[in-house]
Amino acid sequence: MTRGWRAALGEWWATPVARALVALALMLLIGCVFNADGAFFKWSVHRDMLRQVSVYGILACGMTVVIITAGIDLSVSSILALAAVSFAWLTLPEGWPAALAIPAVLVIGTALGSVSGVLAARMRIQPFIVTLAMMVFARGLAKVVSGGMKITNYVQEPDGTSHLVPMPRIFGMIDSRVLGGNVSIVTVIFLLCVLATWIILSRLRLGRHLYAVGGNEEAARLSGVPVARTLVMAYALSGLFAAIAGICQAAQETQGDPETGMGYELDAIAMVVIGGTTLAGGKGSVVLTLIGVLTIGYLQKILSLNAAPEATRLMLTGTIIVCAVLFQRGR
Amino acid sequence: MTTTPAELPVPIVSARGIRKAFGPVEVLHGVDFDVRPGEVHVLAGENGAGKSTLIKILSGVYGDFSGELRVGGRPRRFGRPADAARAGIATIHQELSLVPSMTVADNLFLGRETTGRFGRVDFARQTAEAARILADAGLECSPRQLAGDLPISSQQMLEIARALARDASLVILDEPTSALSDRETETLFARILALRAQGRGIVYITHRMEEIYRLADRITVLRDGRLVGTATPDRLPPAELVRWMVGRELGRAEARRDVRASGPPALEVTALRVAHASVPGRLVVEDVSFAVARGEILGLAGLQGSGTSETLHAIFGALGRRASGRARLDGERFPMRGARDSIARGVVLLTNDRKALGLAPELSVIDSVSLASLARFSGAGGWVRRAEERAAVAGLTAAFRLNAPSLDAPVGALSGGNQQKTYLARCLLAKPRVLLLDEPTRGIDVGAKADIYELMRAWVAEGIAIVLITSEMDELLALSDRILVLHRGRPAAELARDAASKDAVLAAAMGHTATGTAGGRP
Repeated sequence: MTRGWRAALGEWWATPVARALVALALMLLIGCVFNADGAFFKWSVHRDMLRQVSVYGILACGMTVVIITAGIDLSVSSILALAAVSFAWLTLPEGWPAALAIPAVLVIGTALGSVSGVLAARMRIQPFIVTLAMMVFARGLAKVVSGGMKITNYVQEPDGTSHLVPMPRIFGMIDSRVLGGNVSIVTVIFLLCVLATWIILSRLRLGRHLYAVGGNEEAARLSGVPVARTLVMAYALSGLFAAIAGICQAAQETQGDPETGMGYELDAIAMVVIGGTTLAGGKGSVVLTLIGVLTIGYLQKILSLNAAPEATRLMLTGTIIVCAVLFQRGR
Repeated sequence: MTTTPAELPVPIVSARGIRKAFGPVEVLHGVDFDVRPGEVHVLAGENGAGKSTLIKILSGVYGDFSGELRVGGRPRRFGRPADAARAGIATIHQELSLVPSMTVADNLFLGRETTGRFGRVDFARQTAEAARILADAGLECSPRQLAGDLPISSQQMLEIARALARDASLVILDEPTSALSDRETETLFARILALRAQGRGIVYITHRMEEIYRLADRITVLRDGRLVGTATPDRLPPAELVRWMVGRELGRAEARRDVRASGPPALEVTALRVAHASVPGRLVVEDVSFAVARGEILGLAGLQGSGTSETLHAIFGALGRRASGRARLDGERFPMRGARDSIARGVVLLTNDRKALGLAPELSVIDSVSLASLARFSGAGGWVRRAEERAAVAGLTAAFRLNAPSLDAPVGALSGGNQQKTYLARCLLAKPRVLLLDEPTRGIDVGAKADIYELMRAWVAEGIAIVLITSEMDELLALSDRILVLHRGRPAAELARDAASKDAVLAAAMGHTATGTAGGRP
């Protein structure tokens, strides 16, 4: 009886989810030790951590899908900025209602992602190069849309006059909290993105195709999987999630900043990889990514609670990424 | 074998009682082999006879063997290929080992660059020397060209030129002509004869009858890791050579099926042609036509490079524009358009390369098996009906006697035989009308093979048509209702079940027909 129990535990321990959870538990343990005079035991600290990682986490959802196909998407941070700028521009100076502006922004993000996908899948350019180009291009496009400046509710007319427009309600809504102020709306959006990604990856035919293409592209093709279409879908989804993240970012910053989100793509990749999804493709899951997001989120929170200087914070984060990946591989 | 050793010069290489095992499995059981100065010694045998293993011992790839190897009369044992090269043994393997992004001259001098002071490479001298080597080899290319820009045949010639430029006393050539045009083959033969005249020794491996009888001074035949014998060509006519290769026991393989094919053809292929992947104007499959009926197993036989695999890939539509020809499936036009379309119409291919073209090791058994049939198990929006899928996969894997910890285990964790069963199950779950099976039992154990034979017999009984490629002669003869033999991409013979025998198949595959050697002897 006990033997069966032990064997089951041994098997569970070998799964990536178990390893990712253990890494997260270790991180929480560190938080309990370095609790900054009990601050770590307050829900508000956890709530704020969740709010802070949500935008990264939304990017990481799309990144998970792309990495499972053995690809990479470096353009998510720039698409995020373009989405933030576009959303601010449509709702503030242009005065579009949110019900129109949100779908329009999502279409922009999906379209740019699809372009990357077509270039990678049909033109056979390496995903790293394609999305590097898209990263530069989308950042430029964000500057074109914003005229190189932050878009706020202080609107300048072409005739030189300027005036304040009231902040649309959607900004405040996205940046508010629910459940008695205990959970931020952006966190809810992040969790919904995780759920959507989970459904795509583990319940839809598309998900099977994504894993198959990442695991062995030629085998997938010979099994009748539409490889190019599957890859385009992966990058389109990544673009869509980046646009969602951009809307959240604009709402949190109450403006559209063309410089926003610089370097976020690297955080998103780190979160996916710490969870245990490998860059080689063909395996991984969004549940792992969720755990990876929380692990990095807690690391940052613990370091800031203990007022670690930025230099220490950066070096520790780098070290812990390598340790986590080695731990995931099972030494 | 007829002359006494006393009157012979010292062999360049002499191997006595060579044994080689991989783990517990011995693949060479005490082989004798020698090469004298100024002779072309052909090494012949079926696939798996032990030719490559012997070559790898001579060229220093395998150092752990038992028996005696003498080079120039002195006992030697090479630890690395570089040691063999230094001892004057040059080997040209079938796989190219050029660096495509470097120039022709750089490739020729790779690892033995002409250097001046401080290790500076003397490019001018190398280029001049390279031009001379290329002229000798009859290669019309510049030393400054990138090796990767040359056609495959020229790359092969370059590879040969590189080995010959090292002033070797023994040159080993493993099927060197498989990628060469007729004209290049002639150039190569002229080089070989010139080397022989210089007193060097040549070991030549080929599956082509006409090459054997054109070049060989002596022929050594291996079978199942044993030496059958060594003889001069005049004492070993083609029919006898084939008998040496397949063995004396010409009895039919056991356990044949009783079901005979009847009824209209399921798949008809007419005038199928496939262009070479990289040599323009060369065909690897030429005017192949056949039909296979419902409930019939058509064996497609041929030695390496005969175009059998390409034939199946072309029918499946996996070769794109390289393939041309017509096909009909159950009387209707079958467009050979691509994997997706072919599977939807009921033509399914099992490739001979499970690792590269078949399975993704990380996928679970269930995902791997259902991959080609997901359309059937998913509704609008692509939502997979998982219970239905699991039930279908479980039913099939039970019939296959698949040994897996669970259906959710990754296929990479299964044994080779069980991986192969998973791959076959995927093909069968797609509800094929015609199964194209390329080496369905490659690399799996006897038990799994028996299971797969039994399954194949059950499928044809249900009316599925099978086109089968296998390099195992017993398997081919036991399973096939008819056998179509290809030689260099062309149909060489079609043998009915009763007329098929090991030596008939092998003779046709080597280009030897009843009327004489195909291609002719000079």
